[in-house]
Amino acid sequence: MNTLKKASCGTMESSDAYMELEPIEAGTQIELQSVVEHQFGDSIRALAAEMLKEEGVENVKLSIVDRGALECTLRARLETLIGRAREEAAHA
Amino acid sequence: MRRSMLFLPGNAPNMILSGDCLGADAIILDLEDAVAPDQKDAARVLVRNAIKYLQFPGVEKIIRINSLDTPYWKKDLDEMVPLKPELIMTPKTSCAADVLEFDAYMSELEDKLGFERNTVKLLPLIETALGVENAFAIASASKRVAAIFLGAEDLSADLHCKRTKEGKEILYARGRMVMAARAANVDVYDTPFTDVNDDEGIRIDAEFAKGLGFTGKASISPRHVGVINEVFSPTQKDIDYAYEVMEAIRIGKEQGKGAVSLHGKMIDAPIVARAQQTIDMAVALGLGREEC
Repeated sequence: MNTLKKASCGTMESSDAYMELEPIEAGTQIELQSVVEHQFGDSIRALAAEMLKEEGVENVKLSIVDRGALECTLRARLETLIGRAREEAAHA
Repeated sequence: MRRSMLFLPGNAPNMILSGDCLGADAIILDLEDAVAPDQKDAARVLVRNAIKYLQFPGVEKIIRINSLDTPYWKKDLDEMVPLKPELIMTPKTSCAADVLEFDAYMSELEDKLGFERNTVKLLPLIETALGVENAFAIASASKRVAAIFLGAEDLSADLHCKRTKEGKEILYARGRMVMAARAANVDVYDTPFTDVNDDEGIRIDAEFAKGLGFTGKASISPRHVGVINEVFSPTQKDIDYAYEVMEAIRIGKEQGKGAVSLHGKMIDAPIVARAQQTIDMAVALGLGREEC
């Protein structure tokens, strides 16, 4: 049983990121749109994958629209997102 | 030294991230009014990460948490106390019991974290009529209180009056706050001037607040920070005079004089105390002289 429900977090403002997380049947998908894709796309995906793994989150699709967020912002938004997804599931 | 304090919305990375390059002596990372109820969780994590990763060197960190009548304040403290910000600003503080409630919970957290008690200080935000009347009780309620802060927007609403640029409606509150803070031996900070485009108005307002005895002033716009810093800093003339006073006192003592005068005026204890305050401020700003 998946313990997460669909959730979102963040904004489309500059230096921020908007993220959505939703359960899927199997595996982990990370979709990224970033204004700094060329320079930092791989590291943003790696950071997201690492945080999902650390939190024991799997079988999800994570969508990120990055507007030039620093690592501390990306981490904050992803942490909030996972927290909300769990909260949604707890109240479902 | 806190001449200027700049409010930054707790859920706005583009503003928070530049917190250490806007010229303010302190930044107030706001988890309260600037954050919508459904974004409190996001702001808490963002502010925590910003302090943890960016640290904001050279700038004091103040966190405005949510008030006692909300379900958020304990969660705010749970996340913020471990970061050891210089001050926690508590909104709508109206009596000593409010301070003691925050104080008790912060002590619990400090004990759990292995911190010395009172490591994280309090900055009660006084913004109700009751709070103004209880200002001394609030300022002296706990050793954790480092300063008090006047919030004029909410106060004006509580007073059923219009907030004006001239600020006559808060004159009593300003005087009462300064008196209470000085009696309790803590610092006192003035409310922001909210017209961000009025460069002359902010100067007049800041000079008036300084004249009343405020330690510094808050701002909601980086645009006001420079003026506030300037107004709350001693001028070179003030600094030169302060050193003259101290030198005159030194010479008077050497000569065994009971009374000392400078430029034809008696120098008494309050003048010496003010001179020392000016020199302390000058030293903090890197404008002091080596000989004193």
